[in-house]
Amino acid sequence: MAKFEISRRKFLTGASLGASGIMLSGCDAFDSQLSIGSGLRSFLENANGLTYRAQRLLAGRDALAPEFTEADIRQPQRPNGVTAPDDDVYKGLLANNFADWRLEVSGLVEKPLSLSREQLMNMPSRTQITRHDCVEGWSCIAKWTGTPLSLVLDQAVVKPQARYVMFHCLDTIDRSLSGDIKYYGTIDLIDARHPQTILAYGLNGKPLPVENGAPLRARVERQLGYKMPKFLYKIELVDGFANVGGGRGGYWEDNGYDWYGGI
Amino acid sequence: MESVARSQPTAGADPAARKDETLIYRQSRWTRLTHWIWAISLFFMLLSGLQIFNARPQLYIGKQSGFDYNNTIFAIGAENTNAGARGYTEIFGHRFDTTGVLGWSGPAGQETARGFPSWATIPSYYDLGTARVIHFFFAWILTTTLIVWLVASTVNGHLRRDLAPRLDDLKRLPQDFIDHAKLKFHHTREYNTLQKMAYGGVLFVLLPLMIITGLAMSPSMDSVLPFLNDLLGGRQTARTIHFTVMVLLVAFFIVHILMILAAGPINELRSIITGWYRTDPPAQDDNSTERSA
Repeated sequence: MAKFEISRRKFLTGASLGASGIMLSGCDAFDSQLSIGSGLRSFLENANGLTYRAQRLLAGRDALAPEFTEADIRQPQRPNGVTAPDDDVYKGLLANNFADWRLEVSGLVEKPLSLSREQLMNMPSRTQITRHDCVEGWSCIAKWTGTPLSLVLDQAVVKPQARYVMFHCLDTIDRSLSGDIKYYGTIDLIDARHPQTILAYGLNGKPLPVENGAPLRARVERQLGYKMPKFLYKIELVDGFANVGGGRGGYWEDNGYDWYGGI
Repeated sequence: MESVARSQPTAGADPAARKDETLIYRQSRWTRLTHWIWAISLFFMLLSGLQIFNARPQLYIGKQSGFDYNNTIFAIGAENTNAGARGYTEIFGHRFDTTGVLGWSGPAGQETARGFPSWATIPSYYDLGTARVIHFFFAWILTTTLIVWLVASTVNGHLRRDLAPRLDDLKRLPQDFIDHAKLKFHHTREYNTLQKMAYGGVLFVLLPLMIITGLAMSPSMDSVLPFLNDLLGGRQTARTIHFTVMVLLVAFFIVHILMILAAGPINELRSIITGWYRTDPPAQDDNSTERSA
């Protein structure tokens, strides 16, 4: 029917107009509604809670992240975030090869602990070859050795009202008007007690290097890299995020990342 | 029937009779609703996805990203040259200068190094966290809608009646190619073969593959479905497939829009908004009569 036929010229004109419309629309139109705390953003962030519940339902407490073989270790573990803390306290501890370093376990526990590296290394250890997935999109396979976090928690006896493990770190990640911000983050007790969640002091058969978080870093194998803080010095059991940085559960979370990093 | 159908839309014809003859209810409310939810979801997923990609504008093959070895097959980057900073795109080792669009872009004098340009990403500035919030929100919407559509289309017969391939589709394929190349369209209730292939390909191959490769990238889902990445060739291959399917979906979108413009945008839009579609009067076009017979 003639009415719906279109000449080639009209077709090309229409096509190019349509295409340029798409190009010109630009995407800064949404920028202003996406800042942290805005209604639209908070609504969209609900999806992370849904993902968290769905994945917890599917994976349960103990489903293990895939483990790999020695043949899969093809390169040094790529570091990210702070790779050489410029903090005086850290540099002092490093100069003494962490002999004066202690891991504090505090907060909602019956028996607060202060553990030296030797004490941690004398506890039963776990070694696993796993894939580190960075939120940026890259992956790297390495062998990690450390103390299962669950053993440390058992030793400290977690109080029933505790809901999250908060990691305190020695590295300054950011500076603000109120001073230096040292890296911090939280995971729930399900991930904290997961069999593959370890406080790692060894990497690829050697002591953990500075760039990867010496003397101690977290491995939380079912989540992305930003959920595995480095340069640990304190583990605090908390019942919420009210006293955790800006209240969203971690340094990157306070800067817009989702708290749950399993996806 | 025959005489009404043959009547041309000339001054003497009765327009009401012609309207009754050629307007048909083509798209159910389920198809229309899900179509538009997908359109919105895919728009936001594409633009937030390109933002996420910008955090690491490289694609690899295998379980991990090669830093001390090379398994990179695609990269967007910026470099300093004698002629100033340039953007480049590298595909299987072949480098192309893509300054202004990929690698190095922005308003004149304020160019920055970034994978995809700011007009193609949400937010327009670099913000990985926000892009992920948007991407996963619409991932839930898209997946839910796909399941709703699948159930509805099974129940209301849309799958069987309109999308299921038939022997006849194969026979008419060569003519379909010729007709599309000539921008000659037959407006019938049925989809033509190329339409069935395009819609079926998107709904049953590309979107499911997108969801599967998306899930394969989730470290938590890997603990539930550890075979997924083995099947796909590793997490970084899954990410590469995810990106490739995105390119195919964009290609589909462009062809889809061009075909709508060529076939009569008002009629096509009406059918996907109201469900009503004006078909060619029967027997006016010998070819289409033969086919619908």
